[in-house]
Amino acid sequence: MIAPTTNVYAYYPGCSLIATNKAYDISTRNTARVLGIELIELEDWNCCGATAYTAIREKRSFVLSARNLALAEKTGRQLITACAGCYLSLHKTNKYMAEDAGMRQEIRRALQAGGMDYTGGVRVRHCLDVLVNDLGEEEVKQHVVRPFEGLRVAPYYGCQITRPFGDIDDPEFPEVMHRLLRWIGAEPVDFSMMTKCCGGMLMYTQPNVGMELVGQILSQAKKEGAECIATACPLCQINLEAYQAKAARTTGADCRIPVLYFTQLLGITLGLKPKDLALSDNLTPSETIFASRSA
Amino acid sequence: MEAARAESLKATFLDNIRSIPYGERIYECQQCGTCSASCPTSSQMDYSPREIIAALRAGLLDRVLDSNTVWLCSSCYSCTVRCPAGIKFTDVMYELKRLGDKYGFSSRKSPTAKMARCFVKTIDLHGRNAEGELMARYYLSTNPFRALRQLSFGLRMLIRGRVPLLPHGIKDTKNLRRMISAASPEE
Repeated sequence: MIAPTTNVYAYYPGCSLIATNKAYDISTRNTARVLGIELIELEDWNCCGATAYTAIREKRSFVLSARNLALAEKTGRQLITACAGCYLSLHKTNKYMAEDAGMRQEIRRALQAGGMDYTGGVRVRHCLDVLVNDLGEEEVKQHVVRPFEGLRVAPYYGCQITRPFGDIDDPEFPEVMHRLLRWIGAEPVDFSMMTKCCGGMLMYTQPNVGMELVGQILSQAKKEGAECIATACPLCQINLEAYQAKAARTTGADCRIPVLYFTQLLGITLGLKPKDLALSDNLTPSETIFASRSA
Repeated sequence: MEAARAESLKATFLDNIRSIPYGERIYECQQCGTCSASCPTSSQMDYSPREIIAALRAGLLDRVLDSNTVWLCSSCYSCTVRCPAGIKFTDVMYELKRLGDKYGFSSRKSPTAKMARCFVKTIDLHGRNAEGELMARYYLSTNPFRALRQLSFGLRMLIRGRVPLLPHGIKDTKNLRRMISAASPEE
């Protein structure tokens, strides 16, 4: 087993974070740097075999994830990712390989056909888990130079960080992002939609279904008096930030609210500049949020 | 659907489900409906998750696969964490998606199914997603004019440099392809 608490991790960005959600990648790398966590990008990583792939080819999707686990095993480090979807794909494959001998054998044979192997032992982590549970309150607070002064934030976890395994936190009533938000001077609002689904890919393929879900999440955050929403998943981020006007028309409720990655909120309080957090990439305004940190 | 074919569909489904970890728990369903009540999209489904298992038992799985049901599952895992019988229902839904695709049921014509197949093609080719290519494949396989509905979104993303036009594939695609074809040659 690989040593659990060293501050160097093998970093898996995932496809979204090098394209549509590079602000999440940039803000993750920069906040980690300030907090003394070293992220070393996994060399030649490939797609995790996400949801859409599993729905067509199951075993191949496990092999895609397993190739990344094999690369991580060679580094001898824990594998860390910021994407909730990648986290679950990698984590699920890792778990199934450990628990099911038949599946393990089949996947290893496939890896070997391409000159690789994975024997197990890599621990897959989400960066939210690492920041809160490995680094902890004292360490994080030590680096906070300009805390928020009670900024009201709706912590939105979405689905795939806590479900189905609940390894990081309770699958339906998680607290982990709440804790981090309190450490940086924000006030998490009571948010009943925090683990409800945003519709994921359905927003593009069957928008009438997705819009309803997104509208409920946004309007609930507004109703609770949140000044912004914090996300920990690239797809949730896009769904919540890109269709606010349409969601308002669908639900008839006020849906205009800034949506930021939790790493951007954290970064603001660490004294990072808007450019270091790629705030201008966001589709919702973030100026008021940036301005609401202490002077 | 004739009885023999319905039987064979059911048998294939159960075989495949049993090969997934915890798959055998499907026999434990008590028809309590917690899955349907937890599902964020069940109100839009022709058959709710609970009804899917009822249909399976009645030998009517073909009706489920000829409906809009399975591709409305967004893999949120709410049913999975709440099922009192420990059925991993999200994995069941994945299996039904694959079964409908393989056997040519009408569920495979859902736009979400088309998107998923385009995604697989893109990944198999580059080893990573390529948004521009994925969208081009998807809109060409559905209706290119539907892309217009996403015009304002696309432009806002483009302005911020959030849509890469060229794929950034992995280096070792050759060995990756060897691995995925070794995983399931029949796929």
